[in-house]
Amino acid sequence: MEVSLENLTKRWGSAIGTENITLDIKSGEFVAFLGPSGCGKTTTLLMVAGIYKPTEGFVKFDGRIVNRVQPKDRNIGMVFQSYALYPHMTVYDNLAFPMKLNNTPANEMKKRAQRIAEMMGISHLMDRKPSQLSGGQQQRVALGRALTKEPSLLLFDEPLSNLDARLRISMRGEIKRLQLDLGITSIYVTHDQIEAMTMADRVAVMQGGHLQAYCPPSELYDQPVNLFVASFVGNPPMNFVNVEVHRENGNYHAQAEGIDALVSPKRGTVAAGRGQVVLGIRPEDVSIVPADQGKGIPGEVYVVEPMGRDDLVEVSIGKVKVHALADREKNYNIGDHVRLKFDAEKIHFFDPSTEKSLLWN
Amino acid sequence: MNADRMTWRERFNSAAPIIALSILTFPIIIGFIWIFISTFSHTTYGLEPQGRLTLENWSFLWKDPKIWDVTLNTIILSVGQTIGVVALSALSGYALSRLSFPGRKTFLAMTLILHSFPAVTLLIAIYFVLRWINRIPILGNDIPIIGGFGYNTLGGVILVQLALQLPLGMWLMKGFFDNVSWDLQRAALIDGCSHFRAWWQIILPVIRPGVAALAIFSFVTGWGSFLIPYTFITDQENSVLAAYLRGMMGETAPVSYGTVAAVGLFQLIPVMIFFIFTQEYLMNIFSGGSKGGT
Repeated sequence: MEVSLENLTKRWGSAIGTENITLDIKSGEFVAFLGPSGCGKTTTLLMVAGIYKPTEGFVKFDGRIVNRVQPKDRNIGMVFQSYALYPHMTVYDNLAFPMKLNNTPANEMKKRAQRIAEMMGISHLMDRKPSQLSGGQQQRVALGRALTKEPSLLLFDEPLSNLDARLRISMRGEIKRLQLDLGITSIYVTHDQIEAMTMADRVAVMQGGHLQAYCPPSELYDQPVNLFVASFVGNPPMNFVNVEVHRENGNYHAQAEGIDALVSPKRGTVAAGRGQVVLGIRPEDVSIVPADQGKGIPGEVYVVEPMGRDDLVEVSIGKVKVHALADREKNYNIGDHVRLKFDAEKIHFFDPSTEKSLLWN
Repeated sequence: MNADRMTWRERFNSAAPIIALSILTFPIIIGFIWIFISTFSHTTYGLEPQGRLTLENWSFLWKDPKIWDVTLNTIILSVGQTIGVVALSALSGYALSRLSFPGRKTFLAMTLILHSFPAVTLLIAIYFVLRWINRIPILGNDIPIIGGFGYNTLGGVILVQLALQLPLGMWLMKGFFDNVSWDLQRAALIDGCSHFRAWWQIILPVIRPGVAALAIFSFVTGWGSFLIPYTFITDQENSVLAAYLRGMMGETAPVSYGTVAAVGLFQLIPVMIFFIFTQEYLMNIFSGGSKGGT
């Protein structure tokens, strides 16, 4: 089923839930709503579910306006962060409840519940009550319950947030695979950028009730359209430095106190002559060498955070601090003098007043 | 040696609350023991029966047919009141907890004030209201079993008791509904329930301990009620146990305290049996939370 949101707005008095959200979801697509808490992503989801009525704008299913359609008539399945299983019913009854309500024949109901339970690996738990299950099992039941009535749209509201880290990673894969196999259009709300980036076909980044970006994960990462997207997506987060870009001898230089970084002509030309702009560079695009072994921006190691595969090194350049990912074997220590080099092809520029990207608009 | 002293101290620490509570409840326990003994004796001296034990005090059970009418009335009053309180509280508590409508806050504040209003101050006003209801055809005093809703009917008493208990019931139910997660309700709506069905099939079962607690509380209150039935029912055979008991302590005739004790114990027995089986539920009223995890 295709879903489209048009200028979707929700207000409670003067409080804004979402404002002018417009986006299309293709049939069978997996879309993630990503943003910090309070950004309006759950509000949007609940409007799609029909729990909230939009103040303005439309929710359309296959081109049909469904603003006034009751949730029970929308044929959707939803998975909640709190699982929201019916505590007084067994696992089987939980799975069968949505089918009972849409008058599925008893035979078919049993077969389908059994099939879904096997698919989710919970068929041995059919007679248990939710309180007798672990968190992971409860989430499987919740997912199964959302699937039993064969919905044409699946909604996920931070379904993995209550699980422990290992389980979260395996469930992430399972949900993605399941969605692909069943081909059900899905919306997945999360504040975890890794979930959004790994699972979704397209990610809608939201902040303060506004849609900031809506594009595939790779584009979100490589071509952030504004400062918020650039800072929110990516871990460790992007470095930002206020610079001025000048052209000297055909080369573009981003300059600030103690900093002089070479920028590729393609990127430098949009930022040159604009006065102060914000330079953004991801830690993995900053290379770091000991001060006596090469050229680059001189600095001093401020903090070293071992991250397992790499060390995250925070380097102070005058008043500015820049993060860089360094090979663990280099063994940098606090106080070491180092030199930094920015990858000239990976530098982003943003307008300091509008916060928009100068490269991707 | 040292370890021994520690265990003595520990023992004292764990026994201390029990000792303190025993001392405090001692007079009450003595009172109950006295009631029990005196129902089987002519007179007592302290706790010691004088003369032979007797069943004479219990003779009202077979000599006075009115006792069974009165018992039946008490049951009708308690059950009627319980059904009314639970049904209305569960519905209004849901509305107050889940729906937003103009005047909701004011309404909640008003009911709280009503709850702290002593019923005695309202007696005269209620009398006039009930007299006015009497004049309504059928509804006034021509309904089978409960008589009607006017003055001098069982239904009237139920109505008044119900009204006085509703504020507490509504607040309690609202509290229980508040504890049910929104997600559960949303899940039910998305799975295909109407609002009413979600309330009836999903939310109400989750707060069943709360509903049970309110029902028990309401039943026990109705069973022991005295002031309202005594004031608004004039016929002896329409009255309830507490009023019957009061009738035995007339101002002119000599009082047989043995019989009074027997009637009192008779009234107490169902409540005590009830209490033994349901006290676990009743405790929910004070914790104010619903069990059930998710």
